[in-house]
Amino acid sequence: MAREGDMQALDPIIGELALQLGDEELFLGHRDSEWLGLAPEVEEDVAFASMAQDEVRHAAFWYELAEASGFGQADALAFDRAATERRHAALCARPNGDWAHTVLRHYVYDAWDAVRLAALAESGGALWAQGARRMLREEHYHHLHMEKWVVDLGRAGGEAAARLRAAFEALLPDLPDLAAFAVDPKALVDLGILSRPLAELRRAFVARMAPTLTKAGLPVQDVEAILLAHPREGARPVAHHEDAAALLATMNGVRSLGAAVW
Amino acid sequence: MPEARMEAFMARIQRGEKVEAHDWMPEDYRLLLLRLIHMHAVSEIMGAYPEKEWVPKAPTLRRKMSLMAKVQDEIGHGQLLLRVAEDLAAPLGRNRIELMDDVITGRIKFHNVFHMEAPTWADAGIIGWLVDGAAIITQTALLDCSYAPYARVLKRICAEESFHMQHGESIILSLAEGESWQREMLQDALNRWWEAIMFFFGPPIVTDAARRMMEYRIRSRTNEELRQKFLTRYVPRIRSIGLEIPDSAIRFDEDAGLWRYTEPDWERWSRVVRDNTGPKSQERVALRRMAHQDQAWVREALVRARTAAAI
Repeated sequence: MAREGDMQALDPIIGELALQLGDEELFLGHRDSEWLGLAPEVEEDVAFASMAQDEVRHAAFWYELAEASGFGQADALAFDRAATERRHAALCARPNGDWAHTVLRHYVYDAWDAVRLAALAESGGALWAQGARRMLREEHYHHLHMEKWVVDLGRAGGEAAARLRAAFEALLPDLPDLAAFAVDPKALVDLGILSRPLAELRRAFVARMAPTLTKAGLPVQDVEAILLAHPREGARPVAHHEDAAALLATMNGVRSLGAAVW
Repeated sequence: MPEARMEAFMARIQRGEKVEAHDWMPEDYRLLLLRLIHMHAVSEIMGAYPEKEWVPKAPTLRRKMSLMAKVQDEIGHGQLLLRVAEDLAAPLGRNRIELMDDVITGRIKFHNVFHMEAPTWADAGIIGWLVDGAAIITQTALLDCSYAPYARVLKRICAEESFHMQHGESIILSLAEGESWQREMLQDALNRWWEAIMFFFGPPIVTDAARRMMEYRIRSRTNEELRQKFLTRYVPRIRSIGLEIPDSAIRFDEDAGLWRYTEPDWERWSRVVRDNTGPKSQERVALRRMAHQDQAWVREALVRARTAAAI
């Protein structure tokens, strides 16, 4: 049922998906970058900064795809759209918590992103598939890195495990919207852009995380239960925009000075 | 015969041979190097903070990525240098954690420029263009250092700094070619940074420590030679983009073959570095404390996880 890439580019649903992916990668990359100079070790600072750059570079790719679909210039899409127009999952814009919250948020995002990218890599859209395959290679390393952190903090017991547990509780309510789409996923399947239905992606998401969460002493059944309780079969509800508004106010600190070339 | 060993060491250095971490070295040589490299490492890390503030506000996707990469490089340089410092410090019974604690307790100083405010986007550009430009000059002068591990690390650092300089220059050129208010922002930033950059090279007098470092071939150029090189390279570039150097005394004295300039307030800037009394000194030391002390639980958890995994 795959159509030609250029035909897909004209479909507004596909443009909306590119904006969703761009917003999510940009917001998470922005939050990651707030850790610069503050990570628990200088080695981790360097590693985490690499991942932040990857996320922003991925965002740029998706915005450029949206630009190619006639949605406007990539920088304008990244910076100038209001918080209420954003298509991100709430989890990506949440303010940074402690290191346990940071690594666990990243871990669950990367796990979902890997599943989503694997489905896009088999997409009928040539550019989409190509971009997704490249990102998957990078996400593989993010996943390994974050998995190690989650397991280590869980295994360490004491304060670290308690903080990880608190982070898990805080992140859990955001998971149903993370494992969902800003546009109706059935339409994406019909258009050939998404190779598998949402329910299958969600199963893969849980299966991917189960061994790690278990090793870290976190209850994977809670993730299954909350996903079941909120199936999000159509387009997910728009994320409440306070976090995005605060993030955008910072992000536009220079750009808002006036129309100019920077 | 300790004297014979010392003579042999100095003869090696005079022949241009390099010293490795596990070679015998005089205590004085070790201490001078350690102080230099420790301060260099810490300055790279503290140097991340003024620019870090601008990563979340960088005005385009490309600027955001490039500034992030630059800040990452600075932290990476800090890490490479800390590894070199750790090897020198080990026989003295000091480790990485203590070397980092020294920033918080004020036992180790960091470069004057990183005590400064960076209140606008143009400051982020000036740091990349001129502060990194100045750092390239002081660091390339150390490339032939007699201590091989430092020289090796510097080779990579200098290569990366030249990218930083181009990154800064690109920001600067956009502002210089931009709207009139962007040019004003740029001139204001230059005015703010000029004296600090002049001080960055250090006083013209050759201190006892500097003289000993030259004898040991740790360094080969005086502060003043490096400052002159900076002026020769940057004064024409700054003027060519229509900026004014905020020093009415600046001129090239053809007879002497030297730049004349207004001397920075040596006393005031020395106090800033010595006592951490610059406009941003305390705030940035507090950030370091946050990274280092407030997250001690993470480092402890890693040790416990390793033990748990081994059982």
